Amino acid sequence: MRFVDEFRDPEVIGRTAEEIRRLADPGRHYRIMEVCGGHTHAIYRFGLKDVLPPNLELVHGPGCPVCVLPMGRIDDGLSMAENPEVIFAAFGDMMRVPGTKGSPLEYKARGMDVRIVYSPADALKLAENNPDRQVMFFAIGFETTAPSTALTLMRAKALGLRNFSVFCNHVTIIPAIRAILDSPDTRIDAFIGPGHVSTIIGCRPYEWIAKDEGKPIVISGFEPLDLLQSIVMLLHQLKQGEAKVENQYKRVVPWEGNRSALGAMAEVFALRPYFEWRGLGFISQSALRLRETFAQWDAEQRFSVPGVRVTDPKAAQCGEVLKGVLKPAQCKLFGGECTPEHPVGALMVSSEGSCAAHYNYEHRKNGVASGLG
Amino acid sequence: MCLAIPGKIIELFPESHRTALVDVSGVRRRVDLGLLEEDKPVAGDWVLIHVGFALSKISEEDALDQMRILRLLGEDKAAMEEVKGYGLGEEPEGGKQKSETGRKRTT
Repeated sequence: MRFVDEFRDPEVIGRTAEEIRRLADPGRHYRIMEVCGGHTHAIYRFGLKDVLPPNLELVHGPGCPVCVLPMGRIDDGLSMAENPEVIFAAFGDMMRVPGTKGSPLEYKARGMDVRIVYSPADALKLAENNPDRQVMFFAIGFETTAPSTALTLMRAKALGLRNFSVFCNHVTIIPAIRAILDSPDTRIDAFIGPGHVSTIIGCRPYEWIAKDEGKPIVISGFEPLDLLQSIVMLLHQLKQGEAKVENQYKRVVPWEGNRSALGAMAEVFALRPYFEWRGLGFISQSALRLRETFAQWDAEQRFSVPGVRVTDPKAAQCGEVLKGVLKPAQCKLFGGECTPEHPVGALMVSSEGSCAAHYNYEHRKNGVASGLG
Repeated sequence: MCLAIPGKIIELFPESHRTALVDVSGVRRRVDLGLLEEDKPVAGDWVLIHVGFALSKISEEDALDQMRILRLLGEDKAAMEEVKGYGLGEEPEGGKQKSETGRKRTT
């Protein structure tokens, strides 16, 4: 395990890892999915695999917003950038994500007005400062990010701002977990629940996973000790034959979530009947669109977007990796045609994508011994 | 995308749809408090910030832990770049110029 000296309570970490080895039944193979891309990054960065028993497998989930966005949506967003009237604004994470005719950064290099913003509020400010241009904000993210877009749209409406719009690609985590549980080729024993998404939605929305599907789920923090403690809690449940929702990240996640944020989301967004996820296909009621009351600020209504479905490059196996059927290195393009420097699929772009994490922490450092056993 | 950055509230600006001046490791920017209407923070409180909005109140101890975890994840620089990039949130004195430069650098 890397960076051991810098961790909080390194001794406790050692004891917790020991507890995991004690609890894990050697005759059983465990598949635990961490849903959140932030957890995936932390697991690789800290080399947590090194302290887990070999029969406990961590499967990387769909919680990386950039990774699950199908290429067609990126093309739709970029089609608006081709309009000379438009300023295309997006988070930095989006800039290197490939569309059919290149990434936002490549569009920028071709002279289109593409800007990085760090907050949806900054995109709004851009519209206020450029009254003769149309500012289109390419919104992505799970429930962590969606409330900020919602508040920004409420402000745009209050200001009566006519040159601002949002291309809404916000997705919701629960239907994605349902799709994974429904998929016949993925067998998951338990879930590590997302940390910051749960700050907003709380713990209740996960109850069906325990009650109806009989799978334990523990909402976890991002420190190595948090993740290891969450695994201990899951193994305890599995050992007792229990399935419940537990909150390991109580210091940040309230059971009821953030009601102001949920209220803002409910005012601005409605569920789309279905939405395509890269790798998982079409999932019903899994994404948000702007309500009719916000139609004036809906980029999909203001501009005509092609709305063409684009399949991933044939050889890339992003879908299988996203579902946890293949490990990143099992994809034919991994490390050859597809690298963080020249990504073919989105999983190689974001630091939260399992391919980028695997490449940066396992592939590049292959052969470098890690610290604690 | 999951990046949540801890900051300490220095001053509240209730007049402009509830924003606050927040200090993140010495960098001061204006952050939106609109998502904490039910549990309003006061000056001196610590909050977790995501894309320019405070998501939740946290303890000082957890705030310091969160900063450490960002450093361990190698995301502290990205976090500070994000905070510096908040164009809405310039420091009242002379910050505007700074944020304009920041925006040029990153566009």
